[in-house]
Amino acid sequence: METVERDVPRVRFNDAQIEMAHGAGGKASRRLVEGLFVPLLANPILATLSDSALSDFKGSKLATTADGYVVKPLRFPGGSIGELAVNGTVNDLAVAGAVRPLGLMASFILEAGLPGEALRAEVEAMADAAARAGVSIVGGDTKVVEHGFADGMYIATFGFGEVDARANLGPKRIREGDRVLLSGPIGDHGITILLARGELDLEADLASDTRSVAPFVEALLDAIAEDLHWMRDPTRGGVATALNELVAATELGITLFEEAIPLRDEVRGACEILGLDPLHIANEGQILAVVSADSVDGALGAMRSVAGGEHAVCIGEVRAKPARAVLAVTAYGGSRLIDMLVGDPLPRIC
Amino acid sequence: MKYVDEFRDPQLIANVSREIARLAGAGRHYRIMEVCGGHTHAIYRHGLKNLLPPNVELIHGPGCPVCVLPMGRVDDGLSIAQQRDVIMTAFGDMMRVPGTRGTPLEHKARGVDIRMVYSPLDALRIAQSTPEKHVVFFAIGFETTAPSTALTLARARALGIKNFSVFCNHVTIVPAIRAILDSPDMRLDAFVGPGHVSTVTGCRPYEFIARDYGKPVVISGFEPLDILESILMILRQLRSGEARVENQYRRIVPWEGNLPALQAIGEAFELRPYFEWRGLGFISQSALKVSSAFAAWDAEVQFEVPGIRVTDPKAAQCGEVLKGVLKPPQCKLFGKECNPEHPVGALMVSSEGACAAYYRYVHLSESVPA
Ligand code: SF4
Repeated sequence: METVERDVPRVRFNDAQIEMAHGAGGKASRRLVEGLFVPLLANPILATLSDSALSDFKGSKLATTADGYVVKPLRFPGGSIGELAVNGTVNDLAVAGAVRPLGLMASFILEAGLPGEALRAEVEAMADAAARAGVSIVGGDTKVVEHGFADGMYIATFGFGEVDARANLGPKRIREGDRVLLSGPIGDHGITILLARGELDLEADLASDTRSVAPFVEALLDAIAEDLHWMRDPTRGGVATALNELVAATELGITLFEEAIPLRDEVRGACEILGLDPLHIANEGQILAVVSADSVDGALGAMRSVAGGEHAVCIGEVRAKPARAVLAVTAYGGSRLIDMLVGDPLPRIC
Repeated sequence: MKYVDEFRDPQLIANVSREIARLAGAGRHYRIMEVCGGHTHAIYRHGLKNLLPPNVELIHGPGCPVCVLPMGRVDDGLSIAQQRDVIMTAFGDMMRVPGTRGTPLEHKARGVDIRMVYSPLDALRIAQSTPEKHVVFFAIGFETTAPSTALTLARARALGIKNFSVFCNHVTIVPAIRAILDSPDMRLDAFVGPGHVSTVTGCRPYEFIARDYGKPVVISGFEPLDILESILMILRQLRSGEARVENQYRRIVPWEGNLPALQAIGEAFELRPYFEWRGLGFISQSALKVSSAFAAWDAEVQFEVPGIRVTDPKAAQCGEVLKGVLKPPQCKLFGKECNPEHPVGALMVSSEGACAAYYRYVHLSESVPA
């Protein structure tokens, strides 16, 4: 065996212990990934930090993604952990341009004592979601841990698919003047989960928005492929974190038009009461897309033609200044900076 | 919500901010402190700063209860939390405030049973459902939250719940304002008075500010139009050389306050002779403790509390920033030892803290406001 030469990587992750925040998708998560995983596992594909890894494979581009689901409760209005595991993985592939995934794998970590019925229900939910997304679950693994060592069940998934040849996406493609589009109201998933835990004396008629976003991506590719510059499904950390990650990889900034951002009254109300910013709340069935200015109408038309995309809107614009920052302007000309999520003000939600 | 929309009408807001600019004119600088953290939040949230002319400056006051809690009290609370069979409960915003050996969240990650609650009644409910444990509520806040702690204490006593107590860190706003007014480097012209606190206290407690110190006070609501209108009312007073307490938030705040709430506070709590405020030092009669009638539900009676005193690092200049003497970037620790993820001073803790808000701007750009 030949010896492997490796530069001594510079690890910048010095946090004394792992906190909930390291999994919350905000600043601490980023520090963990960029300060520990990326330098130690160093390679050019990982360094791009996309939701899916893109590699060249026999003349086409292969997207692969891995994700873990630890949501509590296992079932909630609008969905369940199994459905989330399939949709979330499909969505990570979709926003990379792989709209028709080739396959998924699922690894189950089960807690001894979990009712068989609960597992059956989740596998069924996965089968349904996979059928809806037109993908097969082609393999997996099962482990059982002692009672008390897991919250019922965790699901880890892995997905792979071929990137549509028309997709040409990435932070480097965004330009000043581009527009930021959003497929629908934000915060439904995060607030639903928060309320489903029953820890708050709050009730609202809300359901998770979990679904496959592949139809949005496909419609966008059909309509404006060349003008579609970047996409993301704003899950943990919400719209604020997804857009901050985008601008951090560019020399540009984004200005959001706050009053244009769709929000259900229930979500707005819960956020006001709990002191949360809806822009930081997780979504499971929405996408953000950055498109060139002259293709906005085409792109919105395409998104609105997809079921569930009727409320797609333009919520912002790429601007030169302030550079590498996300700014929100209010209807009356006030403005505020939108930061990434710091820490984890919420119980974990996805 | 029709009610709120009226207070966010772009046309009305444009009119008021134009009127503010006209009244403020040029040549004079106005320093107005919003005492209340809720106002700081609203100002930040709605970006009101850039609706004001540059010579009308808003200074964030001591009104964030988390921000003014000294580190030693956090340590004290955490030492209670670490005792056997204790469940500590606290509001979410308390969870990220650092003690000397980490925040409540970090302690939780190490296995200390600390739970986030949304009201003290939730903590009491946990006590009822886990009789084998003792549940402590880490109480913070001004007169806004004190009544609900008081009512929870009354309920615990009425129901005879023995495994529940309150670690009381409630503070009262008026002595803090007085301390700021008395400080030698005081440079403020007027105050936006707290809205939520005043629903309990009413407007009378602020009369001394106008009478003894000659500074206008306008009690304000939390919508953008409320705050701008309050600033306009302040400028009118300043321009005509008056100093009065005015109530912009009449739709919610009664001049005389909320008597039942005040009575509940009076029964459940006593004034402490003095209490330490972060950045402002010891202020006499500025905080509440659980009254002797409720000693059985007072965590400071039920537990050994070490009474830790931690002085903030010398270089931390939170006090000066609180009083509007320094701008955050002028503090020696700003952006270096002290940053939002590792706050040294409290003003860096919450995203609306004066230092945290500035920090973001600095990381932005070329144009750091001096
Ligand atoms: S930078 Fe930190 S230490 Fe300095 S005043 Fe602000 S909060 Fe206090």
